[in-house]
Amino acid sequence: MFKILKKEELSEHITLFEIGAKDIARKAKPGNFFMLRTHEQGERVPLTIADFDRDRGTITTVFQKVGKTTHHLGTFNEGDHIADVVGPLGNDSHIENFGNVVCVGGGVGIAPVYPITRALKSVGNKVTSIIGARSKSILFWEEKMRSVSDDLLVATDDGSYGTKATVTVPLDEILSRGKVDRVVAIGPAVMMKFVCSTTEKYNVKTVVSLNSIMIDATGMCGGCRVTVGGETKFTCVDGPEFDGHEVDFDLLMKRLQTYIPEERSAMGCGEKNGGH
Amino acid sequence: MELRTETNKTKVRVPMREQPPQERARNFLEVPYGYTPDEAVEEASRCLSCKNPPCRGGCPVEVDIPGFISLVKDKKFAEASYRVKEKNALPAVSGRVCPQEAQCEGHCLLGKKGMAVSIGNLERFVADLEAESGEVRVPEKPKPTGRKVAVIGSGPGGLTCAADLAKYGHQVTLFEALHKPGGVLIYGIPEFRLPKSVVEREVEYISKLGVEFIPNAVIGRLYTIDELLDEHGYEACFVCIGAGLPMFLGIPGENLNGVCSANEFLTRANLMKAYLFPGYDTPIKAGKRVAVLGGGNVAMDAARVALRLGAEKVYLIYRRSENEMPARKAEVHHAHEEGIEFLFLTNPTRFIDDGKGNVCGVECIKMELGETDASGRRKPIPMKGSEFQVEIDVAIPALGTRANPILTQTVPDLAVNKSGYIVVDGETGMTSKRGVFAGGDIVTGSATVILAMGAGRKTAKGINEYLKWKHWEFNGQCI
Ligand SMILES: Cc1cc2nc3c(=O)[nH]c(=O)nc-3n(C[C@H](O)[C@H](O)[C@H](O)COP(=O)(O)OP(=O)(O)OC[C@H]3O[C@@H](n4cnc5c(N)ncnc54)[C@H](O)[C@@H]3O)c2cc1C
Ligand SMILES: Cc1cc2nc3c(=O)[nH]c(=O)nc-3n(C[C@H](O)[C@H](O)[C@H](O)COP(=O)(O)OP(=O)(O)OC[C@H]3O[C@@H](n4cnc5c(N)ncnc54)[C@H](O)[C@@H]3O)c2cc1C
Ligand code: SF4
Ligand code: SF4
Ligand code: FES
Repeated sequence: MFKILKKEELSEHITLFEIGAKDIARKAKPGNFFMLRTHEQGERVPLTIADFDRDRGTITTVFQKVGKTTHHLGTFNEGDHIADVVGPLGNDSHIENFGNVVCVGGGVGIAPVYPITRALKSVGNKVTSIIGARSKSILFWEEKMRSVSDDLLVATDDGSYGTKATVTVPLDEILSRGKVDRVVAIGPAVMMKFVCSTTEKYNVKTVVSLNSIMIDATGMCGGCRVTVGGETKFTCVDGPEFDGHEVDFDLLMKRLQTYIPEERSAMGCGEKNGGH
Repeated sequence: MELRTETNKTKVRVPMREQPPQERARNFLEVPYGYTPDEAVEEASRCLSCKNPPCRGGCPVEVDIPGFISLVKDKKFAEASYRVKEKNALPAVSGRVCPQEAQCEGHCLLGKKGMAVSIGNLERFVADLEAESGEVRVPEKPKPTGRKVAVIGSGPGGLTCAADLAKYGHQVTLFEALHKPGGVLIYGIPEFRLPKSVVEREVEYISKLGVEFIPNAVIGRLYTIDELLDEHGYEACFVCIGAGLPMFLGIPGENLNGVCSANEFLTRANLMKAYLFPGYDTPIKAGKRVAVLGGGNVAMDAARVALRLGAEKVYLIYRRSENEMPARKAEVHHAHEEGIEFLFLTNPTRFIDDGKGNVCGVECIKMELGETDASGRRKPIPMKGSEFQVEIDVAIPALGTRANPILTQTVPDLAVNKSGYIVVDGETGMTSKRGVFAGGDIVTGSATVILAMGAGRKTAKGINEYLKWKHWEFNGQCI
């Protein structure tokens, strides 16, 4: 059992947990994720390790309530226990001094991009970050992101804060202004897709973190498979980060819909938001 | 005919009562009911108590078959169970899932015309009876040796090895990546063939022996093997992590929605209990018309689960003929009875998109058998122009597995062969890395439950010896 040490509501649908998991914290690296199961009848779902504190022995996760498991998770409070937490999983982010990098976080994707941004900054990159959300009320970690970036730009779809645009608009501007050596983008699949088509024009290597559906996350089932560079890859063991210009995003988005009819019936409701 | 002196009764096996096919095809309850004590005694009395029992040679762990069967004859059921357990730590499991027709029963003297003694059923009977009596004998705790051993992977191989090591007096920790122990017994083989309560019972027995179980521990990620050996104080590790990685066909349309590997389908159904959805949260694509591709136990299990989830039609598509199918005969027979439609000598060539990214059909080609190939089976060859389409909404490739590199890639000094399987010394289970033993499917490739258990037992012996002498030999060289 894994104890929730801290709970913070970052916005109406986005919650932060700091979870006691000493051994996972000791091994966690930027780019890693973990699996959790809330209770005995629960589903196994992947969430990114958005931060870790080796001294306190904790990992931090930020999740968006989209379906049954994440809504149930949202009802947990400080002091409650999560049945199963497995990690750290997935390959580590490739951290190196590339030169000029741009880190893009969209929606709940701001959380997973944060530890990567921090690591890239700490090895000497000049980091420009772009964070975006539909609206100001659901934007979080602006200060945290600013503290690990040389420059930070904010965009909201509705213009309630920062530039009224999707993240690709400021990104295109930066790319057109000067040399960028690498882009890291994490957010909804559709956002990553458009980030990649933007950076492709400038031929800038772009790393994305894919959020495919997972079950075991040990490479045993193939449920998380995606097509990258024309080949089938398993997100949980070959990823979750891939070269965005090689990813078949349309397939990823389609596959994310697989269980929508079943999940809908389980939630007993007709409408539902998409994943991260 | 031979054996005329024995009465006719010796020729006919006591049949196992089963749920009727129509009924069981819609539920997840176990198919055979198991013998009653009277039936077991009657079946046991068919055994000739052979002096040099050929059956025993057919059992990979050499269970004393005539020995335990004559105890059943004498109604000494508990003793019979102990006798089996001398060689086989999980008789309730092996009795249910061993391919007996190719092993013990395949060698039984009465075996001609399929009238071999029902060794598997008897094994299951004594194990279940011992468990039901509530008097499962836990051997006396041996004197602790103070030695710590890590077992990685809780499938049949890991469970057996952990149990034996505990009986030697070592302090054993069993690490498992998933949240439940049992390996394929829990995530792969369905409830109607191996009730999960049977596996849980065996796991409980092993923890009574003093084995500490740590779930949610992906070794290689949470702890590396070197950390276990150097920092956590384990003097030896047994790596028994199964084969894992599912293979796909590499044909067009394989990533369409509705196409999922048998491992995924079965993990959802068994480990995550998706057949109880929405009572359990994990969903599964039930499908009205389902095609399962393959001819092994995994394919048979997937097909029968699909049927139980309510499919109207389940096709099993296999590129060779019925004779070549590697699945247990009993399961093939059950699948036929339940109404699975077999398409033999048929190979899928592509999956058809409904235009919205979902699978709506599979195109197949007819095959004919040609020359015998390296596997000793006749090689199927496509028949030009014989393509046809089958309408489906779920497709389940069950094509076997490859070595899962999740652990081995984190241990650079562990020798693997070109397919990624760990290389071991056959007798001891020693690998190229001092202190690290391996066995089960990660060494042999996908095999059987009893072979993994046999490897677990043999390696436990190897580990016990190593802990005494600290002598390491691999490929004839001392390390
Ligand atoms: C490597 C990785 C890291 C992730 N990190 C985060 C994170 O830091 N924060 C966050 O909010 N979300 C993250 N996600 C997405 C998160 O796992 C899903 O939102 C969650 O599983 C939804 O579960 P649910 O039961 O609440 O919703 P469901 O009702 O199951 O589904 C809602 C939507 O979520 C998607 N989904 C369903 N099941 C899964 C699954 N097992 N895995 C992935 N997506 C699924 C589907 O597309 C569906 O449309 C990550 C996913 C992956 C693969
Ligand atoms: C659906 C299906 C049906 C089958 N039916 C039969 C049958 O009827 N009869 C028969 O004899 N055989 C059958 N088999 C084959 C048989 O189950 C296997 O040969 C046997 O289970 C192998 O045992 P094992 O101990 O080597 O590994 P497994 O049973 O595969 O167990 C390995 C365990 O290790 C864990 N693991 C993996 N990596 C790590 C890691 N890095 N850290 C920690 N843990 C890890 C896995 O999660 C798993 O629990 C079937 C197999 C399948 C898939
Ligand atoms: S372990 Fe398997 S092969 Fe051996 S006697 Fe039992 S059922 Fe037969
Ligand atoms: S070969 Fe058959 S008859 Fe002979 S001892 Fe074995 S089970 Fe009995
Ligand atoms: S989640 Fe099963 S293989 Fe990746």
